[in-house]
Amino acid sequence: MNRFAALLDRLGYEPRRNAKLRLLTDYFRHTSDPDRGYALAAMTGALMFKEAKPGLIRGLVEERTDPELFRMSYHYVGDLAETVALIWPAPGHESVAPASDIPAIGHNNPPPHVPTLTEVIETLATTSKSDLPARVAGWMDALDETGRWALIKLITRELRVGVSARLAKTAVAQLGQIEPDEVELVWHGLEAPYEDLFAWVEGRGPKPESGNPAPFRPSMLSHPLEDEDFAKLEASEFLAEWKWDGIRLQAASGHGSDGRPVRRIYSRTGEDVSRAFPDLVEALDFEGAIDGELLIVREGRVQTFNVLQQRLNRKAVTPKLIAEFPAHLRVYDILFEGEEDLRALPFAERRRRLEALVTRLDDPRIDLSPMVPFETWEDLAAARADPASVGAGPDADAIEGCMVKRANSPYLPGRPKGYWYKWKRDPYLVDAVMMYGQRGHGKRSSFYSDYTFGVWRDGPGGEELVPVGKAYHGFTDEELVKLDRFVRNHTVKRFGPVREVEYGKDKGLVLEVAFEGLQRSTRHKSGVAMRFPRINRIRWDKPAAEADRIETLEKILERGEQEVHPLKDQEA
Amino acid sequence: MALRSTDILTQTPQGLYCPLGDFHIDPVRPVKRALITHGHSDHARSGHQSVMATRETLRIMGVRYGEDFAGSTQEAPLRESLRVGDVTVRFTPAGHVLGSAQISIEAGGTRVVVSGDYKRAEDPTCLPYEVVPCDVFITEATFGLPVFRHPDTRGEVRKLLDSVALFPERAHIVGAYALGKAQRVMALLREEGYDQPIYLHGAMERLTELYKSEGIPLGETPKVVAAERSKLTGAIVICPPSSIQDLWSRRFPDPVTCFASGWMRVRGRARQKGVELPLVISDHSDWDDLCRTIQETGAGEVWVTHGQEDALVHWCTTHGIRARPLHMLGYGDEGEAEEAAHPPLDGEGREQGERGGVETPTSESDGANHPTSALRADPPPQGEDMP
Repeated sequence: MNRFAALLDRLGYEPRRNAKLRLLTDYFRHTSDPDRGYALAAMTGALMFKEAKPGLIRGLVEERTDPELFRMSYHYVGDLAETVALIWPAPGHESVAPASDIPAIGHNNPPPHVPTLTEVIETLATTSKSDLPARVAGWMDALDETGRWALIKLITRELRVGVSARLAKTAVAQLGQIEPDEVELVWHGLEAPYEDLFAWVEGRGPKPESGNPAPFRPSMLSHPLEDEDFAKLEASEFLAEWKWDGIRLQAASGHGSDGRPVRRIYSRTGEDVSRAFPDLVEALDFEGAIDGELLIVREGRVQTFNVLQQRLNRKAVTPKLIAEFPAHLRVYDILFEGEEDLRALPFAERRRRLEALVTRLDDPRIDLSPMVPFETWEDLAAARADPASVGAGPDADAIEGCMVKRANSPYLPGRPKGYWYKWKRDPYLVDAVMMYGQRGHGKRSSFYSDYTFGVWRDGPGGEELVPVGKAYHGFTDEELVKLDRFVRNHTVKRFGPVREVEYGKDKGLVLEVAFEGLQRSTRHKSGVAMRFPRINRIRWDKPAAEADRIETLEKILERGEQEVHPLKDQEA
Repeated sequence: MALRSTDILTQTPQGLYCPLGDFHIDPVRPVKRALITHGHSDHARSGHQSVMATRETLRIMGVRYGEDFAGSTQEAPLRESLRVGDVTVRFTPAGHVLGSAQISIEAGGTRVVVSGDYKRAEDPTCLPYEVVPCDVFITEATFGLPVFRHPDTRGEVRKLLDSVALFPERAHIVGAYALGKAQRVMALLREEGYDQPIYLHGAMERLTELYKSEGIPLGETPKVVAAERSKLTGAIVICPPSSIQDLWSRRFPDPVTCFASGWMRVRGRARQKGVELPLVISDHSDWDDLCRTIQETGAGEVWVTHGQEDALVHWCTTHGIRARPLHMLGYGDEGEAEEAAHPPLDGEGREQGERGGVETPTSESDGANHPTSALRADPPPQGEDMP
């Protein structure tokens, strides 16, 4: 456990991808089975513990610490898991115990010993709910600060050390002379602790069978298109499609050794999400792998992301949910057809193969993402500004810009440079007034870095500000220092980690907030919630009285709703 | 009849003052007579008429400020009682840095101990802390929160050496305070068997020479020559914390940024500084040692000078010890305490009672029902990933 904890600790601080790889490979090389396999499982998100939940840790630490000391510590550290790991009063450290309660702890527990990673994982997976607290407490007693921190991360299943499943698998591949994609291909047939996988990459065993006839292949991602790029890019070498405001999916289909079809749907990171979309799985009547966007389509019209979210937010997939929010796959690429790997072909050629496949499928749940015709970048700019004018028709509202792809581009894993670009529609902008500042977390634990802002509306006593959102990014580090200073120098009230700042008609700071969309919300005083709000500009120059009014947001909201519910409008 | 503790020691704008002996301890402005606990520049300033300190502290002040740093100097031999005015003073090792001492003041049967900065952990570069039983104990609280528990320094040095072994083509740049920490890191590296030259930033040189001349073996410690920086693959280089991110350190081959400080215990702090390899090595007491030391002195009353006073005062109170924070300003300009006095905002906009980014919790609710809770929406929707 200590080796694994040290690895996580080091990875969390290491920004360089190659150095992370070196650390991972070094760990896998010098750690024996089955520990290293469980470490790999933890980093690829393959672990699931039924009874071990974050609440368990919270309960244990509350029994052991003076609440006032815990509160001060949490405020200082800014991260709950880390606070618990650091403050945990191991035997011999009574100085944080509630004063009245010093000797009562730990008497009937077995003497602490530092567990192996394997022991931790196996125990977490199998121990009953009633026995778990004592086991976890025993480990917490035996481990040091870093070990406890790692244990909490395992239990909460949020490692957050900047290692993707892909990077962990790449590190395993580097133990031998194997391409990461080959590990990816056999991955779905494997289970923790992956002893057969390690044996194979180290040349001690045969290649594991790919147990998955419908495997995930790494997605190809795009770069944002910047203004200065146009001068360097030749328009005639590119093709364009709409960028849909949905969720990227890969649909793969094959057949098992018994000849039965195997159909799977993956997120763009390779997570198998088939169970959430049985209606779509049913439609995958082909063999191969296609790439596209998950959308909700009602009466032939693509709905906005707000509507899609309502399906994603539900845990149970009922027939009613499916009928109300029918899933749709709008496809734009093909990776495999049958056993044939098409990824090396030029995009234009793959597109032809994809068009043929979709025609053959002839299923209303799967259709093609149309191409956007253009000759010059100016043409495309006009199309992007008004998708309805170039054939997007009623779906225009679900479009968030254009995808620009090099016609001869192969399908490459990851985010290769120079092939695919996304050119997003401009965000909405609103001028709002800062109302509250909150201390950030992690790297920003001592800065007031999260800002709640409001716009004007008519209140009982005249115009008043109503909060409409909260943003914590979009500014530079230098701007953060200035914003933080503004909060500190203009505080009027404090509420724990939150400070209310001065605002009014003749005082206050105006923030230009950019956001991608709006939705109605009963949880917000103003009745609206913003999607991806961020600080676009700090308007040090603008008087607060000139900030926007709530009507500006209402208008954006109404426009979206008309597009979303055309039938409703007709009925009314 | 015993005197009241405030007859022996009071607070003045210059710092702690003993009326009966007519002297200040670690004054922040020039005074007639100063008793100095240790050589860090926020405690040991130049310009006093007379200075009493340990021999090593006087030497350190001489190196930093020039030999004329005070009108006159008097060496205080360790553990010897000295009469100053109407009180008896005694210097006892504090274990903080070379020459550091606690100062006890006794009059009329009452003893007050001013600890200065101190630690209980082992340090090959200075004498260990000695407990001095007293009535009033005046303590620092730089790491006065229970999240600060300093680990065994050997493990931290091992982390550094493991990294040097794993990345032999890179240079490891270790930020460490010039007085005390830098030399302690060198000594710990030697204890772990590291026998390569340890390269020094120019700012470390004279104090390191002073340590060596006091008989502390630090091995070969060449100064970094500008022209050779880019060739120092696999080297360990020690520099002041302010240099780990500036251009100076970027000239080394693919540098790994390390920082030796108790603050490195908190991940957010390490990330703020862009540290890639934090080394939790502190010259101050951690939480457990602060609490233990207070108990071992047997003091019935504790004054907390600087740092995270509130938690320590709370602990004392819940353990039946009278305690009060002194909220002393002006300490923490050098060494680890600097973070306490200068949050990352360079100190501007700092208010009374707010140090090191931690606010005084008094009069604040716990934030559970703060006004923005009404704004807490669903988690931000993700456009491209599955939720």
